[in-house]
Amino acid sequence: MLIEFAIVGVCIIGLFAMLGLVLIMMERKVSARMQLRLGPNRVGPGGMFQTTADTLKLIVKEGMTPDGADKFLFNVAPFIVMIVAMVIMAPLMFAKGLQIWDVNIGILFVAAVSSVSVIGVLMAGWASNNKYSLLGAMRSGAQIVSYELSAGFAILVIVILTGDLKISSIVDGQVNGWWIFKGHLPVWIAFVIFMIAVTAETNRAPFDLAEAESELTAGFHTEYSGMKFALFFLAEYANIFVVCAIGATLFLGGWQPLHFGTGTKFNEIMDYIPSSVWFMGKTFFLIFVIMWFRWTFPRLRIDQLLNLEWKYLLPISMFNILLATLMAIMGWHF
Amino acid sequence: MFIVKYIKDVLHGVKSLWTGMKITGGYALRHHKEKITQQYPDNKDTLFLPERFRGEVVMPHDEHNEHACTGCTACELACPNATIKIVTRFDIQPDGKKKKAIDKFVYHLELCTFCNLCIEACPTNAIKMAQTFEHSVTDRTELTKILNLPGSKIREGI
Repeated sequence: MLIEFAIVGVCIIGLFAMLGLVLIMMERKVSARMQLRLGPNRVGPGGMFQTTADTLKLIVKEGMTPDGADKFLFNVAPFIVMIVAMVIMAPLMFAKGLQIWDVNIGILFVAAVSSVSVIGVLMAGWASNNKYSLLGAMRSGAQIVSYELSAGFAILVIVILTGDLKISSIVDGQVNGWWIFKGHLPVWIAFVIFMIAVTAETNRAPFDLAEAESELTAGFHTEYSGMKFALFFLAEYANIFVVCAIGATLFLGGWQPLHFGTGTKFNEIMDYIPSSVWFMGKTFFLIFVIMWFRWTFPRLRIDQLLNLEWKYLLPISMFNILLATLMAIMGWHF
Repeated sequence: MFIVKYIKDVLHGVKSLWTGMKITGGYALRHHKEKITQQYPDNKDTLFLPERFRGEVVMPHDEHNEHACTGCTACELACPNATIKIVTRFDIQPDGKKKKAIDKFVYHLELCTFCNLCIEACPTNAIKMAQTFEHSVTDRTELTKILNLPGSKIREGI
Protein backbone atom coordinates (compact mmCIF):
# COMPACT_ATOMS: atom_id res chain seq x y z
CA MET A 1 0.00 0.00 0.00
CA LEU A 2 2.74 2.40 1.03
CA ILE A 3 4.74 1.55 -2.07
CA GLU A 4 1.68 2.20 -4.24
CA PHE A 5 1.27 5.60 -2.60
CA ALA A 6 4.92 6.38 -3.24
CA ILE A 7 4.73 5.34 -6.90
CA VAL A 8 1.57 7.37 -7.51
CA GLY A 9 3.07 10.36 -5.71
CA VAL A 10 6.26 10.25 -7.77
CA CYS A 11 4.25 9.87 -10.98
CA ILE A 12 2.05 12.87 -10.16
CA ILE A 13 5.00 15.04 -9.17
CA GLY A 14 6.79 13.99 -12.36
CA LEU A 15 3.69 14.77 -14.40
CA PHE A 16 3.50 18.19 -12.76
CA ALA A 17 7.11 18.99 -13.50
CA MET A 18 6.64 17.91 -17.13
CA LEU A 19 3.39 19.85 -17.43
CA GLY A 20 5.05 23.01 -16.15
CA LEU A 21 7.82 22.76 -18.70
CA VAL A 22 5.65 21.71 -21.64
CA LEU A 23 2.73 24.05 -21.05
CA ILE A 24 4.84 27.15 -20.50
CA MET A 25 6.77 26.35 -23.66
CA MET A 26 3.50 25.79 -25.50
CA GLU A 27 2.08 29.05 -24.17
CA ARG A 28 5.12 30.99 -25.35
CA LYS A 29 5.17 29.37 -28.77
CA VAL A 30 1.42 29.77 -29.30
CA SER A 31 1.53 33.41 -28.27
CA ALA A 32 4.51 33.96 -30.56
CA ARG A 33 2.68 32.50 -33.54
CA MET A 34 -0.43 34.54 -32.83
CA GLN A 35 1.64 37.71 -32.69
CA LEU A 36 3.78 36.83 -35.73
CA ARG A 37 6.89 36.42 -33.63
CA LEU A 38 9.32 33.54 -33.30
CA GLY A 39 9.17 33.09 -29.53
CA PRO A 40 12.05 31.57 -27.57
CA ASN A 41 14.66 30.30 -30.02
CA ARG A 42 18.03 30.42 -28.26
CA VAL A 43 18.26 27.56 -25.77
CA GLY A 44 18.29 24.19 -27.48
CA PRO A 45 16.70 23.32 -30.83
CA GLY A 46 13.96 25.87 -31.51
CA GLY A 47 14.26 27.15 -27.94
CA MET A 48 12.91 23.89 -26.54
CA PHE A 49 15.01 24.03 -23.35
CA GLN A 50 14.14 27.63 -22.51
CA THR A 51 11.65 26.65 -19.80
CA THR A 52 14.11 24.16 -18.33
CA ALA A 53 16.68 26.93 -18.06
CA ASP A 54 14.08 29.26 -16.52
CA THR A 55 13.11 26.65 -13.95
CA LEU A 56 16.75 26.07 -13.08
CA LYS A 57 17.14 29.80 -12.55
CA LEU A 58 14.08 29.93 -10.28
CA ILE A 59 15.35 26.97 -8.23
CA VAL A 60 18.70 28.59 -7.47
CA LYS A 61 17.14 31.96 -6.67
CA GLU A 62 16.60 32.96 -3.08
CA GLY A 63 13.01 32.67 -1.87
CA MET A 64 12.63 35.95 -0.03
CA THR A 65 10.15 36.45 2.79
CA PRO A 66 9.38 40.15 3.37
CA ASP A 67 9.87 41.53 6.88
CA GLY A 68 6.30 42.70 7.31
CA ALA A 69 4.77 39.47 6.05
CA ASP A 70 2.97 36.87 8.10
CA LYS A 71 5.81 34.36 7.77
CA PHE A 72 3.89 31.14 8.29
CA LEU A 73 0.96 31.91 5.99
CA PHE A 74 3.27 33.47 3.43
CA ASN A 75 5.35 30.32 3.18
CA VAL A 76 2.47 27.88 3.30
CA ALA A 77 0.28 29.57 0.64
CA PRO A 78 2.12 28.35 -2.49
CA PHE A 79 2.00 24.80 -1.21
CA ILE A 80 -1.75 24.97 -0.62
CA VAL A 81 -2.34 26.16 -4.17
CA MET A 82 -0.06 23.41 -5.44
CA ILE A 83 -1.54 20.64 -3.31
CA VAL A 84 -5.07 21.55 -4.40
CA ALA A 85 -4.04 21.26 -8.03
CA MET A 86 -2.51 17.85 -7.27
CA VAL A 87 -5.51 16.54 -5.35
CA ILE A 88 -7.84 17.25 -8.28
CA MET A 89 -5.71 14.88 -10.35
CA ALA A 90 -6.88 11.94 -8.20
CA PRO A 91 -10.23 11.11 -9.84
CA LEU A 92 -9.15 11.97 -13.40
CA MET A 93 -9.10 9.15 -15.92
CA PHE A 94 -5.94 9.50 -17.99
CA ALA A 95 -6.48 6.46 -20.19
CA LYS A 96 -8.57 3.30 -20.34
CA GLY A 97 -8.30 1.90 -16.81
CA LEU A 98 -5.66 4.41 -15.70
CA GLN A 99 -7.14 6.24 -12.77
CA ILE A 100 -5.74 6.91 -9.31
CA TRP A 101 -8.96 6.91 -7.33
CA ASP A 102 -12.32 6.06 -8.89
CA VAL A 103 -14.41 7.65 -6.17
CA ASN A 104 -18.16 7.43 -6.72
CA ILE A 105 -18.59 11.22 -6.31
CA GLY A 106 -15.66 12.01 -8.63
CA ILE A 107 -16.99 15.09 -10.38
CA LEU A 108 -18.42 16.53 -7.16
CA PHE A 109 -15.03 15.98 -5.54
CA VAL A 110 -13.35 17.88 -8.37
CA ALA A 111 -15.81 20.78 -8.18
CA ALA A 112 -15.49 20.98 -4.40
CA VAL A 113 -11.73 20.75 -4.15
CA SER A 114 -11.03 23.17 -7.01
CA SER A 115 -12.63 26.00 -5.02
CA VAL A 116 -10.14 25.49 -2.18
CA SER A 117 -7.34 26.98 -4.27
CA VAL A 118 -8.82 30.43 -3.72
CA ILE A 119 -7.93 30.04 -0.04
CA GLY A 120 -4.29 29.68 -1.02
CA VAL A 121 -4.54 32.78 -3.18
CA LEU A 122 -6.26 34.78 -0.43
CA MET A 123 -3.66 33.55 2.04
CA ALA A 124 -0.84 34.70 -0.21
CA GLY A 125 -2.43 38.10 -0.75
CA TRP A 126 -3.19 38.67 2.90
CA ALA A 127 0.11 37.39 4.28
CA SER A 128 2.20 39.47 1.87
CA ASN A 129 1.17 42.64 3.74
CA ASN A 130 1.09 44.47 0.42
CA LYS A 131 -1.86 46.44 -0.90
CA TYR A 132 -1.48 45.15 -4.45
CA SER A 133 -1.33 41.57 -3.25
CA LEU A 134 -4.40 42.02 -1.12
CA LEU A 135 -6.35 43.69 -3.93
CA GLY A 136 -5.41 40.91 -6.31
CA ALA A 137 -6.40 38.26 -3.80
CA MET A 138 -9.76 39.90 -3.07
CA ARG A 139 -10.51 40.14 -6.77
CA SER A 140 -9.55 36.53 -7.18
CA GLY A 141 -11.92 35.60 -4.37
CA ALA A 142 -14.86 37.48 -5.89
CA GLN A 143 -14.08 36.05 -9.30
CA ILE A 144 -13.75 32.40 -8.31
CA VAL A 145 -16.82 32.45 -6.07
CA SER A 146 -18.86 33.91 -8.94
CA TYR A 147 -17.62 31.73 -11.75
CA GLU A 148 -17.78 28.55 -9.68
CA LEU A 149 -21.56 28.81 -10.07
CA SER A 150 -21.70 28.65 -13.82
CA ALA A 151 -18.92 26.08 -13.99
CA GLY A 152 -20.94 24.00 -11.56
CA PHE A 153 -24.08 24.40 -13.65
CA ALA A 154 -22.22 23.40 -16.79
CA ILE A 155 -20.92 20.27 -15.04
CA LEU A 156 -24.42 19.61 -13.75
CA VAL A 157 -25.78 19.40 -17.30
CA ILE A 158 -23.55 16.41 -17.99
CA VAL A 159 -24.32 14.90 -14.60
CA ILE A 160 -28.04 15.14 -15.37
CA LEU A 161 -27.62 13.53 -18.77
CA THR A 162 -25.33 10.76 -17.47
CA GLY A 163 -27.14 10.24 -14.20
CA ASP A 164 -23.91 9.57 -12.36
CA LEU A 165 -21.11 11.47 -10.62
CA LYS A 166 -18.50 8.78 -11.08
CA ILE A 167 -15.86 9.76 -13.65
CA SER A 168 -15.54 6.25 -15.06
CA SER A 169 -19.30 5.98 -15.70
CA ILE A 170 -19.36 9.45 -17.27
CA VAL A 171 -16.68 8.29 -19.69
CA ASP A 172 -18.39 4.94 -20.28
CA GLY A 173 -21.65 6.74 -21.01
CA GLN A 174 -20.01 8.35 -24.04
CA VAL A 175 -18.99 5.11 -25.72
CA ASN A 176 -21.65 5.60 -28.42
CA GLY A 177 -20.86 9.26 -28.98
CA TRP A 178 -19.33 12.15 -27.08
CA TRP A 179 -21.73 14.41 -25.25
CA ILE A 180 -20.78 17.32 -27.46
CA PHE A 181 -22.22 15.34 -30.43
CA LYS A 182 -25.22 13.63 -28.89
CA GLY A 183 -26.17 16.32 -26.40
CA HIS A 184 -27.39 18.96 -28.87
CA LEU A 185 -28.01 22.54 -27.79
CA PRO A 186 -27.87 22.27 -23.97
CA VAL A 187 -24.46 20.58 -24.09
CA TRP A 188 -23.10 23.09 -26.60
CA ILE A 189 -24.19 25.95 -24.37
CA ALA A 190 -22.80 24.16 -21.33
CA PHE A 191 -19.50 23.58 -23.11
CA VAL A 192 -19.08 27.25 -24.03
CA ILE A 193 -20.05 28.36 -20.53
CA PHE A 194 -17.71 25.77 -19.01
CA MET A 195 -14.77 27.02 -21.08
CA ILE A 196 -15.47 30.65 -20.12
CA ALA A 197 -15.95 29.83 -16.45
CA VAL A 198 -12.83 27.70 -16.09
CA THR A 199 -10.76 30.38 -17.83
CA ALA A 200 -11.97 32.72 -15.10
CA GLU A 201 -11.45 30.14 -12.37
CA THR A 202 -7.84 29.56 -13.31
CA ASN A 203 -7.25 33.34 -13.26
CA ARG A 204 -6.19 33.41 -16.89
CA ALA A 205 -6.47 36.35 -19.24
CA PRO A 206 -8.93 37.84 -20.17
CA PHE A 207 -10.01 37.25 -16.56
CA ASP A 208 -6.57 37.63 -14.97
CA LEU A 209 -7.68 40.35 -12.59
CA ALA A 210 -5.94 38.61 -9.71
CA GLU A 211 -2.62 39.30 -11.42
CA ALA A 212 -3.38 42.23 -13.73
CA GLU A 213 0.23 43.18 -14.42
CA SER A 214 -0.61 46.68 -15.58
CA GLU A 215 -2.68 47.51 -12.50
CA LEU A 216 -1.36 45.44 -9.58
CA THR A 217 2.26 44.66 -10.62
CA ALA A 218 1.69 40.93 -10.17
CA GLY A 219 -1.33 40.72 -7.88
CA PHE A 220 -1.28 38.12 -5.17
CA HIS A 221 2.23 36.87 -5.93
CA THR A 222 3.90 40.30 -6.07
CA GLU A 223 6.08 39.54 -3.04
CA TYR A 224 7.05 36.03 -4.03
CA SER A 225 10.34 35.07 -5.59
CA GLY A 226 12.39 32.00 -6.38
CA MET A 227 10.82 28.60 -5.96
CA LYS A 228 7.77 29.90 -4.09
CA PHE A 229 6.87 32.02 -7.10
CA ALA A 230 7.59 29.05 -9.35
CA LEU A 231 5.07 26.98 -7.39
CA PHE A 232 2.36 29.57 -8.07
CA PHE A 233 3.33 29.66 -11.71
CA LEU A 234 3.36 25.88 -11.93
CA ALA A 235 0.02 25.64 -10.12
CA GLU A 236 -1.54 27.97 -12.68
CA TYR A 237 -0.53 25.69 -15.53
CA ALA A 238 -1.38 22.54 -13.58
CA ASN A 239 -4.83 24.01 -12.97
CA ILE A 240 -5.26 24.70 -16.67
CA PHE A 241 -4.37 21.10 -17.40
CA VAL A 242 -6.79 19.84 -14.77
CA VAL A 243 -9.76 21.92 -15.89
CA CYS A 244 -9.11 21.06 -19.53
CA ALA A 245 -8.89 17.38 -18.60
CA ILE A 246 -12.24 17.70 -16.85
CA GLY A 247 -13.68 19.46 -19.89
CA ALA A 248 -12.36 16.71 -22.12
CA THR A 249 -13.82 14.07 -19.83
CA LEU A 250 -17.24 15.66 -19.60
CA PHE A 251 -17.81 16.94 -23.10
CA LEU A 252 -15.31 15.25 -25.41
CA GLY A 253 -15.58 11.69 -24.14
CA GLY A 254 -12.45 11.35 -22.02
CA TRP A 255 -10.28 8.62 -23.53
CA GLN A 256 -13.05 7.40 -25.86
CA PRO A 257 -11.96 7.40 -29.50
CA LEU A 258 -13.96 9.26 -32.12
CA HIS A 259 -16.66 6.96 -33.48
CA PHE A 260 -19.29 7.43 -36.15
CA GLY A 261 -22.08 4.87 -36.21
CA THR A 262 -21.21 1.29 -35.31
CA GLY A 263 -18.81 -1.24 -36.75
CA THR A 264 -17.46 0.90 -39.60
CA LYS A 265 -13.88 0.82 -40.90
CA PHE A 266 -13.35 4.36 -39.61
CA ASN A 267 -14.12 3.25 -36.04
CA GLU A 268 -11.65 0.39 -36.26
CA ILE A 269 -8.87 2.72 -37.38
CA MET A 270 -9.70 5.12 -34.57
CA ASP A 271 -9.54 2.25 -32.05
CA TYR A 272 -5.89 1.64 -32.98
CA ILE A 273 -4.91 5.02 -31.50
CA PRO A 274 -4.13 4.45 -27.80
CA SER A 275 -6.64 5.83 -25.33
CA SER A 276 -4.01 7.94 -23.54
CA VAL A 277 -3.27 9.71 -26.82
CA TRP A 278 -6.96 10.46 -27.25
CA PHE A 279 -7.22 11.86 -23.75
CA MET A 280 -4.07 13.96 -23.99
CA GLY A 281 -5.00 15.15 -27.48
CA LYS A 282 -8.39 16.39 -26.34
CA THR A 283 -6.93 17.97 -23.22
CA PHE A 284 -4.23 19.77 -25.16
CA PHE A 285 -6.78 20.93 -27.71
CA LEU A 286 -8.77 22.57 -24.91
CA ILE A 287 -5.57 24.03 -23.45
CA PHE A 288 -4.88 25.53 -26.86
CA VAL A 289 -8.38 27.05 -26.87
CA ILE A 290 -7.75 28.65 -23.47
CA MET A 291 -4.42 30.00 -24.68
CA TRP A 292 -6.21 31.25 -27.76
CA PHE A 293 -8.57 33.24 -25.48
CA ARG A 294 -5.64 34.68 -23.61
CA TRP A 295 -3.81 36.00 -26.63
CA THR A 296 -6.93 37.38 -28.31
CA PHE A 297 -9.02 39.20 -25.74
CA PRO A 298 -8.17 42.24 -23.65
CA ARG A 299 -8.63 42.04 -19.89
CA LEU A 300 -12.09 42.77 -18.51
CA ARG A 301 -12.68 45.38 -15.84
CA ILE A 302 -13.85 44.02 -12.48
CA ASP A 303 -17.42 45.27 -12.95
CA GLN A 304 -17.57 43.89 -16.50
CA LEU A 305 -16.29 40.60 -15.16
CA LEU A 306 -19.04 40.35 -12.56
CA ASN A 307 -21.64 41.60 -15.04
CA LEU A 308 -20.70 38.83 -17.43
CA GLU A 309 -21.15 36.23 -14.74
CA TRP A 310 -24.27 37.42 -12.92
CA LYS A 311 -26.18 38.93 -15.82
CA TYR A 312 -25.27 36.59 -18.64
CA LEU A 313 -23.59 33.30 -17.77
CA LEU A 314 -25.64 32.49 -14.67
CA PRO A 315 -29.13 33.13 -16.13
CA ILE A 316 -28.21 31.31 -19.31
CA SER A 317 -26.87 28.31 -17.43
CA MET A 318 -29.94 28.20 -15.18
CA PHE A 319 -32.16 28.14 -18.24
CA ASN A 320 -29.83 25.58 -19.77
CA ILE A 321 -30.24 23.28 -16.77
CA LEU A 322 -34.01 23.28 -17.33
CA LEU A 323 -33.50 22.45 -20.98
CA ALA A 324 -31.07 19.65 -20.17
CA THR A 325 -33.40 18.18 -17.55
CA LEU A 326 -36.27 18.23 -20.00
CA MET A 327 -34.05 16.55 -22.58
CA ALA A 328 -32.91 13.89 -20.13
CA ILE A 329 -36.47 13.11 -19.02
CA MET A 330 -37.85 12.95 -22.55
CA GLY A 331 -34.77 11.04 -23.78
CA TRP A 332 -34.17 13.39 -26.72
CA HIS A 333 -30.48 12.60 -26.80
CA PHE A 334 -29.31 9.37 -28.38
CA MET B 1 -38.83 43.53 -26.00
CA PHE B 2 -36.30 43.02 -23.22
CA ILE B 3 -35.70 39.34 -23.73
CA VAL B 4 -35.17 39.72 -27.48
CA LYS B 5 -32.61 42.46 -26.90
CA TYR B 6 -30.88 40.29 -24.29
CA ILE B 7 -30.57 37.33 -26.66
CA LYS B 8 -29.43 39.62 -29.46
CA ASP B 9 -26.77 41.06 -27.13
CA VAL B 10 -25.49 37.62 -26.27
CA LEU B 11 -25.38 36.50 -29.91
CA HIS B 12 -23.68 39.73 -30.96
CA GLY B 13 -21.11 39.28 -28.18
CA VAL B 14 -20.36 35.71 -29.23
CA LYS B 15 -20.08 36.76 -32.86
CA SER B 16 -17.68 39.62 -32.17
CA LEU B 17 -15.52 37.45 -29.92
CA TRP B 18 -15.40 34.82 -32.65
CA THR B 19 -14.32 37.47 -35.15
CA GLY B 20 -11.38 38.33 -32.92
CA MET B 21 -10.50 34.70 -32.38
CA LYS B 22 -10.57 34.02 -36.11
CA ILE B 23 -7.79 36.57 -36.64
CA THR B 24 -5.43 35.27 -33.98
CA GLY B 25 -6.35 31.68 -34.73
CA GLY B 26 -5.57 32.31 -38.36
CA TYR B 27 -2.16 33.64 -37.44
CA ALA B 28 -1.51 30.65 -35.18
CA LEU B 29 -2.64 27.88 -37.50
CA ARG B 30 -1.64 29.20 -40.89
CA HIS B 31 2.07 29.21 -41.42
CA HIS B 32 3.22 32.78 -41.66
CA LYS B 33 6.60 33.05 -43.27
CA GLU B 34 6.80 36.73 -42.49
CA LYS B 35 7.62 37.51 -38.87
CA ILE B 36 7.25 41.11 -37.82
CA THR B 37 10.13 40.91 -35.35
CA GLN B 38 13.78 41.02 -36.44
CA GLN B 39 16.36 38.54 -35.18
CA TYR B 40 18.71 41.36 -34.24
CA PRO B 41 22.22 40.11 -33.60
CA ASP B 42 21.87 37.48 -36.34
CA ASN B 43 20.78 39.84 -39.09
CA LYS B 44 23.15 42.72 -38.50
CA ASP B 45 23.89 42.95 -42.24
CA THR B 46 20.29 42.98 -43.39
CA LEU B 47 18.83 44.89 -40.46
CA PHE B 48 15.94 47.09 -41.54
CA LEU B 49 15.10 50.15 -39.48
CA PRO B 50 12.11 52.29 -40.38
CA GLU B 51 12.82 55.84 -41.49
CA ARG B 52 11.19 57.29 -38.40
CA PHE B 53 13.38 55.28 -36.01
CA ARG B 54 15.03 57.61 -33.47
CA GLY B 55 18.52 56.50 -32.55
CA GLU B 56 20.45 59.66 -31.74
CA VAL B 57 20.59 63.32 -32.79
CA VAL B 58 23.12 64.07 -35.52
CA MET B 59 23.99 67.15 -37.51
CA PRO B 60 24.43 66.41 -41.22
CA HIS B 61 27.38 68.10 -42.90
CA ASP B 62 27.76 68.46 -46.66
CA GLU B 63 30.91 67.86 -48.71
CA HIS B 64 32.30 71.35 -47.95
CA ASN B 65 32.13 70.57 -44.21
CA GLU B 66 29.23 72.95 -43.84
CA HIS B 67 26.14 72.56 -41.70
CA ALA B 68 22.85 74.46 -41.43
CA CYS B 69 22.92 75.38 -37.73
CA THR B 70 22.56 79.09 -37.01
CA GLY B 71 23.02 78.72 -33.26
CA CYS B 72 19.53 80.03 -32.54
CA THR B 73 19.25 77.65 -29.51
CA ALA B 74 15.65 76.78 -30.36
CA CYS B 75 16.53 73.10 -29.86
CA GLU B 76 18.17 73.83 -26.54
CA LEU B 77 15.01 75.57 -25.34
CA ALA B 78 12.78 72.85 -26.68
CA CYS B 79 14.66 70.06 -24.96
CA PRO B 80 12.73 68.91 -21.86
CA ASN B 81 15.75 67.54 -20.01
CA ALA B 82 18.70 69.73 -20.98
CA THR B 83 20.27 67.31 -23.37
CA ILE B 84 21.52 70.01 -25.74
CA LYS B 85 23.92 72.82 -24.85
CA ILE B 86 24.95 75.26 -27.56
CA VAL B 87 28.11 77.32 -27.13
CA THR B 88 28.13 80.27 -29.52
CA ARG B 89 30.88 82.57 -30.66
CA PHE B 90 30.95 85.74 -32.78
CA ASP B 91 32.78 85.60 -36.09
CA ILE B 92 34.20 88.86 -37.47
CA GLN B 93 33.13 89.00 -41.08
CA PRO B 94 35.22 90.66 -43.84
CA ASP B 95 33.09 93.79 -43.72
CA GLY B 96 33.80 94.18 -40.01
CA LYS B 97 30.38 93.04 -38.84
CA LYS B 98 30.06 90.42 -36.11
CA LYS B 99 27.99 87.33 -36.85
CA LYS B 100 26.75 84.76 -34.37
CA ALA B 101 27.79 81.18 -35.08
CA ILE B 102 28.06 77.96 -33.14
CA ASP B 103 31.29 77.05 -31.47
CA LYS B 104 30.17 73.74 -30.00
CA PHE B 105 26.90 71.86 -30.31
CA VAL B 106 27.09 69.69 -27.19
CA TYR B 107 24.71 66.73 -27.14
CA HIS B 108 24.36 64.54 -24.04
CA LEU B 109 23.20 61.21 -25.37
CA GLU B 110 22.94 59.82 -21.85
CA LEU B 111 20.19 62.33 -21.01
CA CYS B 112 18.28 62.08 -24.27
CA THR B 113 14.84 60.46 -24.32
CA PHE B 114 14.55 60.60 -28.12
CA CYS B 115 11.38 62.69 -27.96
CA ASN B 116 12.14 64.42 -31.27
CA LEU B 117 11.19 67.88 -29.93
CA CYS B 118 14.55 69.44 -30.87
CA ILE B 119 14.24 68.26 -34.45
CA GLU B 120 10.74 69.72 -34.67
CA ALA B 121 11.93 73.00 -33.14
CA CYS B 122 14.82 73.51 -35.56
CA PRO B 123 13.94 76.24 -38.10
CA THR B 124 16.69 75.27 -40.56
CA ASN B 125 16.56 71.45 -40.39
CA ALA B 126 20.14 71.41 -39.18
CA ILE B 127 19.75 68.34 -36.96
CA LYS B 128 18.01 65.04 -37.50
CA MET B 129 17.58 61.66 -35.91
CA ALA B 130 20.03 58.98 -37.02
CA GLN B 131 19.26 55.28 -37.07
CA THR B 132 22.25 54.11 -35.05
CA PHE B 133 21.25 52.42 -31.83
CA GLU B 134 24.20 50.45 -30.46
CA HIS B 135 25.15 53.11 -27.94
CA SER B 136 26.71 51.13 -25.11
CA VAL B 137 30.16 52.38 -24.07
CA THR B 138 32.39 51.69 -21.10
CA ASP B 139 33.03 55.34 -20.24
CA ARG B 140 30.23 57.79 -19.64
CA THR B 141 32.10 60.73 -21.10
CA GLU B 142 31.94 59.09 -24.52
CA LEU B 143 28.21 59.78 -24.53
CA THR B 144 28.74 63.53 -24.47
CA LYS B 145 29.08 64.32 -28.14
CA ILE B 146 30.01 67.46 -30.08
CA LEU B 147 27.85 67.37 -33.15
CA ASN B 148 29.52 70.00 -35.34
CA LEU B 149 32.68 68.72 -36.96
CA PRO B 150 35.92 70.57 -36.25
CA GLY B 151 36.44 73.45 -38.66
CA SER B 152 32.91 73.32 -39.97
CA LYS B 153 30.97 76.47 -40.73
CA ILE B 154 27.45 77.45 -41.57
CA ARG B 155 26.30 76.96 -45.11
CA GLU B 156 25.83 80.13 -47.23
CA GLY B 157 22.31 81.41 -47.56
CA ILE B 158 20.86 80.12 -44.30
